[in-house]
Amino acid sequence: MRHTISILVENKFGVLSRVSGLFSGRGFNIESLSVGETIDPAISLMTIVTSGDDRIVEQITKQLNKLIDIIKVVDYMEVDHVEREMVLIKVAPKKNDKTEFLKLAEIFRGRIVDSGTTTFTVEITGDEKKIDAFIELIKPFGIKEFVRTGKVAIAREGVKKPK
Amino acid sequence: MKISGAEILIECLKKEGVKHIFGYPGGVVLNIFDTLYDEKDVELILARHEQGAIHAADGYARVSGKVGVAIVTSGPGATNTVTGIATASMDSIPLVVFSGQVPTMLIGNDAFQEADIVGITRPCTKHNYLVKDIKDLAKTVREAFHIASTGRPGPVLIDLPKDVTAGMADFKWPAEVKLRSYNPTYQGNKWMIKQAAQMIAKAKKPVIMAGGGVILSGASKELKGLAETARIPVTMTLMGLGGFPGTHKLSLGMLGMHGTYYANKSVQDSDLLIGIGVRFDDRVTGKTSAFAPDAKIIHIDIDPTSIRKNVRVDLPVVGDVKNVLKDMIKAVKEQKAQWDAVRSAWLKQIDYWKDEKPLSYNLNKKIIKPEFVVEKIYEVSKGEAIICTEVGQNQMWAAQFYKYDKPRQLLTSGGLGTMGYGFPAAIGAQIACPGKLVFDIAGDGSIQMNIQELATAVINKLPVKVAILNNGYLGMVRQWQELFFRERYSHTKLDVIPDFVKVAEAYGAVGLRAEKPDEVVPVLREALKIKDKPVFMDFVVDWKEKVFPMVPAGAAIDEMIFEEEEKRSEKKLKAVK
Ligand SMILES: Cc1ncc(C[n+]2csc(CCOP(=O)(O)OP(=O)(O)O)c2C)c(N)n1
Ligand SMILES: [Mg+2]
Repeated sequence: MRHTISILVENKFGVLSRVSGLFSGRGFNIESLSVGETIDPAISLMTIVTSGDDRIVEQITKQLNKLIDIIKVVDYMEVDHVEREMVLIKVAPKKNDKTEFLKLAEIFRGRIVDSGTTTFTVEITGDEKKIDAFIELIKPFGIKEFVRTGKVAIAREGVKKPK
Repeated sequence: MKISGAEILIECLKKEGVKHIFGYPGGVVLNIFDTLYDEKDVELILARHEQGAIHAADGYARVSGKVGVAIVTSGPGATNTVTGIATASMDSIPLVVFSGQVPTMLIGNDAFQEADIVGITRPCTKHNYLVKDIKDLAKTVREAFHIASTGRPGPVLIDLPKDVTAGMADFKWPAEVKLRSYNPTYQGNKWMIKQAAQMIAKAKKPVIMAGGGVILSGASKELKGLAETARIPVTMTLMGLGGFPGTHKLSLGMLGMHGTYYANKSVQDSDLLIGIGVRFDDRVTGKTSAFAPDAKIIHIDIDPTSIRKNVRVDLPVVGDVKNVLKDMIKAVKEQKAQWDAVRSAWLKQIDYWKDEKPLSYNLNKKIIKPEFVVEKIYEVSKGEAIICTEVGQNQMWAAQFYKYDKPRQLLTSGGLGTMGYGFPAAIGAQIACPGKLVFDIAGDGSIQMNIQELATAVINKLPVKVAILNNGYLGMVRQWQELFFRERYSHTKLDVIPDFVKVAEAYGAVGLRAEKPDEVVPVLREALKIKDKPVFMDFVVDWKEKVFPMVPAGAAIDEMIFEEEEKRSEKKLKAVK
């Protein structure tokens, strides 16, 4: 089962390696990882997507909590939440395909953030399903470059977070 | 008034009540050693290898319950500590280790004697620090001692760049430690404890399995209270020995791979297993899917990660063992059961197992059996010595044939199984307890791993007694080769073994030897007379002796192999269920 786990950490040097070292040292896997400062610059937020059965995920959250620099761990599996990630895709459609490509991008609320003589770079934000669907549709146009952020997640208002 | 970083460091140690530190000098810690030169309140014990320094600090911590402190130089000094730190980490021993580091300006440049010791020790410390600014020094030391000694204890490393200890600043000792992200749970959940008490009252065949957590938490009295109140037999892990009196009627001794027949039988047959301060290591559980198959499991531990890591748990209680047991005794008393009546059948069954297959060995008139040596050490020390062990057969015989009645009496590398641990640990223990009788029960292989510490013991006039069970082999590995690798003794015969008597004498210590059973006690008595020097006792023992019972790797813990009655000659041993 896949879990999105968000981790509030002290914004200190070495914290990322404590977290990633914990995953590698104990044989847990990381599918995606994103890190950024919070409003409080002394605190960072990491969002990790991982997978494992209940026992493994229980170990992951407990082990994370045990690290001294970690302030709080939330497993979004237990919380109603919103998830987003973003991709930037550079596509080189043939002349005749350009309009169709742009239409598709529009349907998916993509934004063209750069265009050259032969390429467009489109930005798409959404949950994983939407992004995967878009990529499938775009593939035939010829993807030249592709970058994808890790997932970020936030709890829906009024939903109690588990301790 | 501004003082140097080195002086700040020593002031911090004084604030923490540190009297002894173990260490080894080098370039980037010269400032600290210079400060120690005039220091009266904090004494540095010079080891002869950094690994020895860490194990000594560890032994000091294990016997005293205080934080063990060590200080080493950068690069090779720091990397030499890794085995010692990992040993302490696996056994949850509170240490604060200071390593020197190259000046902050040079970090990352592959400077002379630079090693990323913070990176290297990250997985084997509870936490670690690199102090980049002298202003953070006192706060960091304060935090480190707090983290090392609270919750589930463990080693903390502080890396000190040379410019930090050489720099000047005001000394400000923080009034308190504030760590928003570190809040161990000390009190157990009352509802859970009540449930546990009900389970105990309902159980027909309960067993307590006590581990190192009982000793770390200082909960021996409470453990005894619970066991006696509800008449529950107690088995111990290697780390738990001494947490409950080994001579107590309710004691089952150690369980697991080399546990007693009756401990393993009782656990497998139990309907309620109460794990207290244990982590269900694989050496204890054997095949986990076949472990205590009919038992409900209650697990009490301060570290939530221990719970449900290795075995299923029906009722977890997170908290400090001492507090939880106090509450549990109260809750159990409220159950008002007729405990003696409820338990009589179970305790009778256990007595039957105890009679059926007690711990035993084949005594021999001509050749010294290693178990015999351990028994005699028990007798001459009246069961009151502090026993350190190395690793291998010697360690298991020390666990089986010495009865530990008090906590902090057995010092052994349980989790990591570090050969070379025992002797330096004994040195640390002797420094912490100058009046006590301290033994290291050693193997001829292990003792050679930190034999240089003889110098440390001699110079400090430490009367540590080292009993070498000299079987000429890396015995435990040889035992596996005999049993599971068709007696192919690949690289386990120690063809060259130094004359331990002469080695001891060369260092200015005393060396004694026993080659026949009737020489064992006289050698021990002779050793006990020596009060100002270490003694090496070379016991030439039966090389064929094996540790039994034994649970083969991957088997359930009641699938034990036993010693055959004498005349073992070349016959294969058969498994007896
Ligand atoms: C540092 C280290 N290296 C290797 C081992 C693997 N090992 C476990 S027991 C053992 C043999 C120990 O021999 P000795 O000290 O003579 O003890 P004996 O078993 O003969 O009593 C070895 C090599 C270990 N535990 N620690
Ligand atoms: Mg040996």
